[in-house]
Amino acid sequence: MASAEEVAKAAERRDIRDRWLLSAPALLIIFLAATGPLLIVLVYSFLTPGPYGDVKWQFSPEAWISVFMERDIFDDTLSLAAAHVTIFWRSIKLAIVTTLATLVLGFPTAYFMATRSEKTRDLWLFLITIPFWTNLLIRTFAVLQIIRNEGLINTVLLKIGITPIQILFTDTAILIGMAYVYLPLMVLPIYASMEKLDFRLVEAGYDLYATRFQVLRRIIFPLVKPGVVAGSILVFIPALGAYVTPSLLGGGKNMMLSNLIELQFGQGRNWPLGSALSIAVMVIVMVALLAYVRNAGQSEMRHG
Amino acid sequence: MPDQPGKSAIEVRGVRKVFGIGDAQVAALDTVSVSIRENEFFTLLGPSGCGKTTLLRLIAGFDFPSEGEILLHGQDIAPLPPFKRPVNTVFQSYALFPHMTVAENIGFGLEMLGKPKTEIKARVAEMLKLVKMEALSARRTSQISGGQQQRVALARALAPQPKVLLLDEPLSALDYKLRKEMQIELKRLQHQTGITFIFVTHDQEEALTMSDRIAVMSAGKILQIGTPWDIYDKPAERFVADFIGETNFLTAAITGIGNGKARATLKSGATIDATVAEGFQPKANATLVVRPEHAKLTGGKGDLSGTVENIVYFGTDTHIHVQLDSGEPFTVRQQNTRSAGCGFERGDKVGVSIGNDAAQVLRD
Repeated sequence: MASAEEVAKAAERRDIRDRWLLSAPALLIIFLAATGPLLIVLVYSFLTPGPYGDVKWQFSPEAWISVFMERDIFDDTLSLAAAHVTIFWRSIKLAIVTTLATLVLGFPTAYFMATRSEKTRDLWLFLITIPFWTNLLIRTFAVLQIIRNEGLINTVLLKIGITPIQILFTDTAILIGMAYVYLPLMVLPIYASMEKLDFRLVEAGYDLYATRFQVLRRIIFPLVKPGVVAGSILVFIPALGAYVTPSLLGGGKNMMLSNLIELQFGQGRNWPLGSALSIAVMVIVMVALLAYVRNAGQSEMRHG
Repeated sequence: MPDQPGKSAIEVRGVRKVFGIGDAQVAALDTVSVSIRENEFFTLLGPSGCGKTTLLRLIAGFDFPSEGEILLHGQDIAPLPPFKRPVNTVFQSYALFPHMTVAENIGFGLEMLGKPKTEIKARVAEMLKLVKMEALSARRTSQISGGQQQRVALARALAPQPKVLLLDEPLSALDYKLRKEMQIELKRLQHQTGITFIFVTHDQEEALTMSDRIAVMSAGKILQIGTPWDIYDKPAERFVADFIGETNFLTAAITGIGNGKARATLKSGATIDATVAEGFQPKANATLVVRPEHAKLTGGKGDLSGTVENIVYFGTDTHIHVQLDSGEPFTVRQQNTRSAGCGFERGDKVGVSIGNDAAQVLRD
């Protein structure tokens, strides 16, 4: 006779095995869908470009070299690819500024929403999600209508007798568009944290002589930090690869990472370089995120 | 000292607090005035929704009165934000900062006041010692028990040496034994620190055992203010008598008043003397209150007569429920002895005798 303990153990083992078997198909699909395309991109980045796009199945590190280096056409010496570095930096800068702008706008918005009564909170949440119902392209065109030369802003300025200003096709235009498009992605995670915040802690802070700013800095901010971190990640990643908004509102004057990659797969006919650039962006994002999350976690330990 | 009127620490003058607008207005506090003395353990007692927490929040500064003023040592603090009032609160849920350690929680108020680091450190150590939490100073507040959180909340509120400490039902989340312990602990802390405590509770036993004075509240009003003894033995209104302890209500005709005593003729025809407030006029339909332990059951005739309906054993005493011949219910509490039972059985015809100083005439 097996002891009760052995029977229980066997049952548990069977249970675990069944669980894995049943979830295997889903796991397989997720694994293939997530890593399959990435693997293809990774492999392509080490191949030789074909004459009319596509790739030749021949190993070459050339794509990776040209991500950051430029080969002189006369003597084959390598030098830093200044154009690529500029484009990388421009995109990273835009992503950072967009993240900061949405944070500055989104934090008070989330605070406002979280401090409403329970009924009206749902209404605000609904309003925040409305832009998601519309296509990104259309939303961007809407912004364009507001800021273009004969647009809403300039018409109003002209009416009240102020010289119109050129916003469209400037960095400001890109930032306005980006902040508008990505704001909900910042608001929602912060709101989720803020909603869970026990506002009696805020009262306790006031009671213990903390001013409004001190309560914000020492109590509210540390407690909703997970939401801020999540929101920043959700905004930073797509902002780094943004394509439609910078192209339309920036007028294509300044090339972004997304434009550069698109170029390689299109007119550039250099699929391996496009692939290498894509992987490079991904690595940058991952390193940045790891550093950010780790830093956020550590500072929390220090404060706590 | 509690029984002699001292300087007032907090004086609430004609304070009204109205929530909502227009027709949906609700008066949470209806013209309340109370003077709380220095170094006093003062309790606001009442059922939930009576306005006791609202009054506490007005004193703390989380809400502002719709009318009236709140004086702290003679200065009107009603318009000041909470961080400008030398008053600290122990919250019902403790509201400890989860992202800080025990020591950081206790030091928070001092830090916000801009005290030097060395002073904060010394004061935090002193507070930890006061609430016997020295060993756990580096713990997160989520890693300590409810009773320990309670102590930290107390230490945190006491650390900045407030003029007045407000306690919002701080013991309600603790189990019975811990609550008893903390009641004694709170009294000790109050004596040791000499700070005025304003304590909010709905637990009448807690109020009676801990307070120097109690204000009984109902529906946004203060019904009676007095020592625990006053409140229990000389309730002014039916609500106060009913809310605190068990009480018998008897209808009686008051025929004469003199020397703080009233001559009352009960429905049974018996006449007894009852204490009465000054200025009370004789009338035919007054209500008397008699505490169950101040009446005695007799086998023969008493002031009242009736039939034993039910006998409930409580360990220390026994409650005997009697249906009086006048139709009114009456309960007698009898101290238990080890040797015998209560001496009565259900259905017994009994008499109830009421002592000479046992009955009190209600105001209304």
